[in-house]
Amino acid sequence: MSEFYIISDYCSIRDHEVVLHGKSVYNHADSGLQDFLTGIYQYFAVSYPKFYKMDKLSKLGFLTAELLLRNKNIHQQYAGNEVGIFLMNASSSLDTDRNHQHSILDRNNYFPSPAVFVYTLPNIVIGEISIRHKFTGEGTFFIQEKFNPPFLVHYIKELLAQGVIQCCIAGWVETDGQNYESVLYLIEKTDRPNAGIANFEPTSIQRIFDNEK
Amino acid sequence: MEQLVQKLKEEIIEALNLSEMKPGQIDEKAPLFVDGLGLDSIDALELTVLLEKKYGLKILTAEEGKKVLYSVHSMAEFITANKKA
Repeated sequence: MSEFYIISDYCSIRDHEVVLHGKSVYNHADSGLQDFLTGIYQYFAVSYPKFYKMDKLSKLGFLTAELLLRNKNIHQQYAGNEVGIFLMNASSSLDTDRNHQHSILDRNNYFPSPAVFVYTLPNIVIGEISIRHKFTGEGTFFIQEKFNPPFLVHYIKELLAQGVIQCCIAGWVETDGQNYESVLYLIEKTDRPNAGIANFEPTSIQRIFDNEK
Repeated sequence: MEQLVQKLKEEIIEALNLSEMKPGQIDEKAPLFVDGLGLDSIDALELTVLLEKKYGLKILTAEEGKKVLYSVHSMAEFITANKKA
């Protein structure tokens, strides 16, 4: 039987706006990043107190995944170990790294915060999403100068073809200061051609990434 | 003691980013971990740092940590018993 890899859905958070499945579902132009993210959390009535403890990168990725998976039956369709998460950005966790560095500059007042330090790796956002949704499949965070669909698609297709995963969340999650951009795609296998929003190809991934800007 | 408990609740909320919570919602006798506030191991480290930073007190062993960090009340007792004059 033929097997097709498709983009089932996508969600973006950037430019003070949340876009789900191509439709704007929330915007707040006058807020800073932290307030904007808290606004999204409250507007969509997400209930996950640990959200408040996350750094900006994790909050951004967590919320994008949360909305992407909302009203879908991914948890019934797949076992936790069949769902992978593959993310990419340019600034790694530098934003939080700087916060941590700032907190330890004064040797006479040296109290590094464990709650800050724990986020000084970009792949922690994968952990936060995995814990929330009980996903235990493959997860990798790539650092690239810019969004790189050919690389991401090639990597994920290999894992889908080998049966390592059956489904995944993939895309770009970037924060640096007040700059932020997150675009996540839900990728699945199907035996039906032309199912989903588009076939999982670099051109379609890039088109969605560019079109919503 | 009551004043210290209130102050500790406010400091815990700030240190652990429990921004959805008000001091009055924290039961000072309830366990902080697993039940109660549902805190985790990173939070335990953060509370240990709080005690050192704000009160100059160090928790020396894991066993002592379990007792001291059991509740807001046990933290307040530890501070009262050990704070330098």
